[in-house]
Amino acid sequence: MFITKYIQEVWGAVRSLATGLRRTMYYFTHHKEIITQQYPDNRETLVLPERFKGEVIMPHDDKNEHRCTGCTACELACPNGTIKVITKFDIKPEGKKKKAIDKLVYHLELCTMCNLCVQACPSDAIKMAQTFEHSVFDRGLLTKILNNPGSKIMDGVE
Amino acid sequence: MFEEQGITPEGDLIVNVGPQHPATHGVLHLVITLNGETIKKVEPHLGYIHRSIEKMCESLSYRQFIYVTSRMDYLSAHINNHACALCVEKGLQVEVPPKAQVIRVLLDELTRIASHELWWGAMAMDIGAFTPFFHAFRERETINDIMEETCGARLTMNFMMPGGVMQDLHPNFQARVKSFIQQYKHKIGEYAELLTGNIIFKNRMKNVGVLSPEDAISYGCTGPTARGSGVSCDIRKLYPYEVYGQVDFDEILETGGDSLSRYMVRIREMQQSIRIIEQLIDGIPEGDFQAKTKAVLKLPKGEFYQRVETARGELGVYIVSEGGTTPYRIKFRSPGFSNLSVLDRIARGGKLGDLVAMMGTLDLVIPDIDR
Ligand code: SF4
Ligand code: SF4
Repeated sequence: MFITKYIQEVWGAVRSLATGLRRTMYYFTHHKEIITQQYPDNRETLVLPERFKGEVIMPHDDKNEHRCTGCTACELACPNGTIKVITKFDIKPEGKKKKAIDKLVYHLELCTMCNLCVQACPSDAIKMAQTFEHSVFDRGLLTKILNNPGSKIMDGVE
Repeated sequence: MFEEQGITPEGDLIVNVGPQHPATHGVLHLVITLNGETIKKVEPHLGYIHRSIEKMCESLSYRQFIYVTSRMDYLSAHINNHACALCVEKGLQVEVPPKAQVIRVLLDELTRIASHELWWGAMAMDIGAFTPFFHAFRERETINDIMEETCGARLTMNFMMPGGVMQDLHPNFQARVKSFIQQYKHKIGEYAELLTGNIIFKNRMKNVGVLSPEDAISYGCTGPTARGSGVSCDIRKLYPYEVYGQVDFDEILETGGDSLSRYMVRIREMQQSIRIIEQLIDGIPEGDFQAKTKAVLKLPKGEFYQRVETARGELGVYIVSEGGTTPYRIKFRSPGFSNLSVLDRIARGGKLGDLVAMMGTLDLVIPDIDR
């Protein structure tokens, strides 16, 4: 009685171990089902989804114009003080003064990619880029100015 | 003083595990009093990853504070965000559009599966089985890819916001979730083959770390930890929020109270999550994904509380508002803290080698405990 039970237990144990090993052997011989990506080697073919939140950028068109009005809504929406909008006053041809951005300073090292600034922007001037290899050797390189030098605001954006 | 010498007056040995220890999955420090190999006392020391999230939230607006909560229980980031969004909505008295409700529940359940997958792999690794980790990550990565496509991030999504969700679902979402369900059903058998049926695993889990239902209640355990002892505490069933009241799923209860029961609860819970997703994925209502809210949110004066079921248990969000744009006080009732406090109780009298298995089945996420 005791002996049968003992043998049964041992047999069950051996079988359970063999089942697990069989699964391991299965993958050992079925390379096709392995889904690991060889990251640095597949850089050329790696496509990130278009919604991926990598860093905040300000798109410019070919005339070096952006859509930012300098309203500071993004600065207020940001939880970490990542964005600083430095404004200036442009003198319009008619002689009127108009607020515009001088610099939109963006501290990548503070950003948590929460997307709140993009949501807050009333004129769709900023968006998320799909970059992710952000490491640099100098911390200063992480502070970026999003508007290109000499850029202007697009016509028709208020 | 005794701790410095590493020995108590009774001649028991004091062993420090952590704060940097691979088995604690984070910066948890355990001071263990040992008599030979038998555990006499376990004292968790906290504070190594305290970021004062509650205090930080007091200076952030109601839209901003939600993203911080992704950093508490980072494995249920969506569900944490969901709890905060619900609490703010309660104060604002906004009605969330049906579409947003379904999207939220779908993402919650996907998060729950992803979290349980990670727990499964990590716990198996704790007790010495390395292969399951890769199998678990295969499924988890699939979910992460779905999240990445829709929410733009893999772990700290910040997708829920007061009034709904941030963006509409990605057009591929439905097809990818369906193919994930197929993959999951096809592969779930492997889990049993690799681990659940394994004799070594079973012997290490059975009758180890027994938590009685009385203790589970008096220590405030929630989630799979308490359900493994037969205590019914699923917030989705008891206080349904969003569309949980309309979907059909079972609350998983096991009566053993030992490590194996807690393990089985989570394994079976994943299948229930799949069931919920299957019911909702085809009938996502049309309409808005966001309710109209004011540009600056102001909660009326008062106190608001909302609880949800995260992958680890009950998360409570308590907001005290003075009527301004920022909360006066925020308190999070995190499931991990109560679940950790029971560790001493279940470990006493056990063996040192089993401690890691017990901690594994409590499913501790340290940043959630410390906040
Ligand atoms: S993504 Fe978030 S943290 Fe980053 S700049 Fe925008 S609002 Fe600030
Ligand atoms: S980026 Fe958008 S929100 Fe920020 S200042 Fe420019 S227009 Fe305003």
